[in-house]
Amino acid sequence: MDGVHDLGGRQGFGPVRYARNAAVFHHDWERQANALYALCARKGLINMDEYRHAIERMEPRHYLSASYYERSLTGLASLLVEKGLASAEELNALAAGHFPLSLPGSPGRGNVSDRSCFKPGDQVRVRSDYISGHVRMPAYIRGKSGLVISASPAYPFPDAHAHGLTADDEPTYDVRFQAKELWPEASEPALVHVGVFESYLEPLPDGPSTVT
Amino acid sequence: MGDLTKQSSAKPQISANLNQRVFAVKHVLERAGVLAESDIEAFAQMAQESWIPQNGARLIARAWTDPAFKQQLLQNGKAAAESMGFGMPAHHRHFVVLENTERVHNVICCSLCSCTAFSIIGLPPDWYKDFEYRSRVVRQARSVLAEMGLILAADTEIRVWDTTADTRYMVMPRRPSISEGWSEAELASIITKESMIGVSSLEQ
Repeated sequence: MDGVHDLGGRQGFGPVRYARNAAVFHHDWERQANALYALCARKGLINMDEYRHAIERMEPRHYLSASYYERSLTGLASLLVEKGLASAEELNALAAGHFPLSLPGSPGRGNVSDRSCFKPGDQVRVRSDYISGHVRMPAYIRGKSGLVISASPAYPFPDAHAHGLTADDEPTYDVRFQAKELWPEASEPALVHVGVFESYLEPLPDGPSTVT
Repeated sequence: MGDLTKQSSAKPQISANLNQRVFAVKHVLERAGVLAESDIEAFAQMAQESWIPQNGARLIARAWTDPAFKQQLLQNGKAAAESMGFGMPAHHRHFVVLENTERVHNVICCSLCSCTAFSIIGLPPDWYKDFEYRSRVVRQARSVLAEMGLILAADTEIRVWDTTADTRYMVMPRRPSISEGWSEAELASIITKESMIGVSSLEQ
C-alpha cells in the first residue's frame, strides 16, 4: 500500500537526531513491547509480514505521531483483535482508556503469474504495480530500472503471507539502482541496493540503456 | 461522499498510556496461554545479553586477521556467524556482509520499517528508526552521513542498502591504520555498532 510508512526519498524531514551509543529503549515498556512481538512471532502466533502490515495499517496521523515501539505494540494488539484473542472493547477496558488500533486493510495477492527468473548482470525494471495490500516494494523504485547483482534464498511472498494467503516462496534480487535514476533531480550520487521480490520485477526491454 | 465536516470534527480521544496498553496486551496473551509473565522478562534479558554489537565486532575482527574466514564471511555470512555461535532469527534467511574499501563506502537502512541484523549488530539505535534517517539516507546519503559526522572523500562511491526483505546486512568497516599488530580481541573492542551500520568510520 502507498502508505505513510513508505518513507524512502520523502522530502521535508530534518537532520537525523544522532548520538553515538544512542539508546535502543527509552522506557521499560518499550523493552517489554519488543519482547511481546518477538515472542509472538517465535511462537508462531503472528508472522513478520502480517505484523509489518498491521503497523502500516495504522491511521496515518497515529503512525506519524507514535514512537517506534508504540507502532510495534499497536500492530501486535490489532492482530490479537483480528485473530479473535480479544475484542477492542476488552483492550480499552484492560488499558483503562482508549487503545487505538490499526485500520482494516485491503486484500492481498498471490505471486505474479508471468514472473521471470533473473541472474546477476541482468537489467530489470520494477513493475509499475499499485498494490493496496501489503507489499515490500518501496514506492521510490516503482517503474525504475536497475541491475541484478545477486539472488537471495527464497522467502515467503510478503504480499500473500501478510494476508494468510498461500503462495510460492520467492527469491529476492539484490538490485542496484543509480540514485539519479530513482530521483533524476534533487538527489545525491549513490548506488541504492534494494532487495526486490521476483514478482515485482520484469526484464528490461531490449534497447539502449543507461543502467550501470 | 463522506461527510468531511463530521469526520474532522470527531472528538480526539485521549489514548491510554503505554504502560497500560502493554499491560493489556500482556494480559490477553497470558490468558490465551501464548506466553507467561516470566517469558517476557526472560526474553528481554536474553535480548539485552545476547544481541550485542560485540557479536558483529568479533566476526569483523576475525575477518581482518584471518583471510580464509573473511572469504567465508563475505560469501555466506549466516554460516560464518553460526560457526562462531551467533545465530539469527528463523526469518532472517540470508546475511550479507558489505566490505568498505578505500573506494567504496556502504551504509544500511530500512526505509519501510526498521529491519536490522539485530542478533549480530544489536538492536537498532533510536535514530535508525526515526523518519529522518529512513526518508533521507537513500536519497541524500552523502549529506546525511556528513551531518552525522562522517565526511567521505568526493570520489568515494556510496552504496546504500535498503533492508526491504528479510536479507540482513552488516557493514565491515575499514581496519584503522593504527591497529597494526593488534590482537583479535583488541580489534573487536574498537568496532562500534555505528560503524557496522555504516554511519561512522574507525579512522580518527
